[in-house]
Amino acid sequence: MIPLAHYIGLSAMLFAIGAAGVLVRRNALIVFMSVELMLNASHLGLVAFSRFREALDGQVLVFFGMTVAAAEVAVGLAIIIAVFRSRKTVNIDELRSLNG
Amino acid sequence: MTSGYEITGIAAAAWLATALVTMVAAVGVAVLRNIVHAAFALLVVLLGVAGLYALAGADLIAVLQILLYVGGVVVLLLFAVMLTSRMGDPEVASQPLAPLRAALAVTSLSALLAYGLIVSTRWRDVDAPHIVGTTADVGEAFLGRYLLPFEVISVLLLAAVVGAVVIARRDSRSEREIGERRR
Repeated sequence: MIPLAHYIGLSAMLFAIGAAGVLVRRNALIVFMSVELMLNASHLGLVAFSRFREALDGQVLVFFGMTVAAAEVAVGLAIIIAVFRSRKTVNIDELRSLNG
Repeated sequence: MTSGYEITGIAAAAWLATALVTMVAAVGVAVLRNIVHAAFALLVVLLGVAGLYALAGADLIAVLQILLYVGGVVVLLLFAVMLTSRMGDPEVASQPLAPLRAALAVTSLSALLAYGLIVSTRWRDVDAPHIVGTTADVGEAFLGRYLLPFEVISVLLLAAVVGAVVIARRDSRSEREIGERRR
């Protein structure tokens, strides 16, 4: 059987990679994908805890998280497309009209 | 409860292989220059995570992961990439943003996570039997203890769908005129 620490370690590494993607990349879509990566890392941790506690609450929480993530994807992509239409770019470095 | 685990057996080998593939693909999402390649790397990550869910005994969550993420999110992302011409511009996709500061931030985050989760915490491992078929139990939880959040989340989804359509619409006035002309 896989010990819990393996799940947690993998989850932490995936989260760190996702954070790196968010910080390093300039394309808004790739930043978006990296956010999804971080979400999946946290879900993996929840599922692992759920399995080792032998309780289903973690899986229920992951279900709700997935639903919220689906809503986030729909609205987020719509925003990215709307921004692309008005500014003709998704380079987050050029999108600074809200920067005071 | 036992201390030293030995990782043997088919399940362990499958776990290690899936974890490795997931990690490599995750690095691909963060570094690949072509945005379509990055999207496909994300597809591999999501499938790998679904496999890890299944190996952790969460079969319902694994299937939902494939349905929602692989079938929905990745397809939506690819649509967004391919419907907008300059979005996949490799120049935009490949320029790193402040690589030194980002590397510093990520290194410190990884160190913090590694220390907090792996070095300083002693996780208690229980010899949990494989949970088989969680779907019925999760369904009962939704209609019992978690009934209110379950209903609220449906309202949230409705709001998100309507909001996404409103935001992504090209121009509401011109489309209305076209609609009236057709009538």
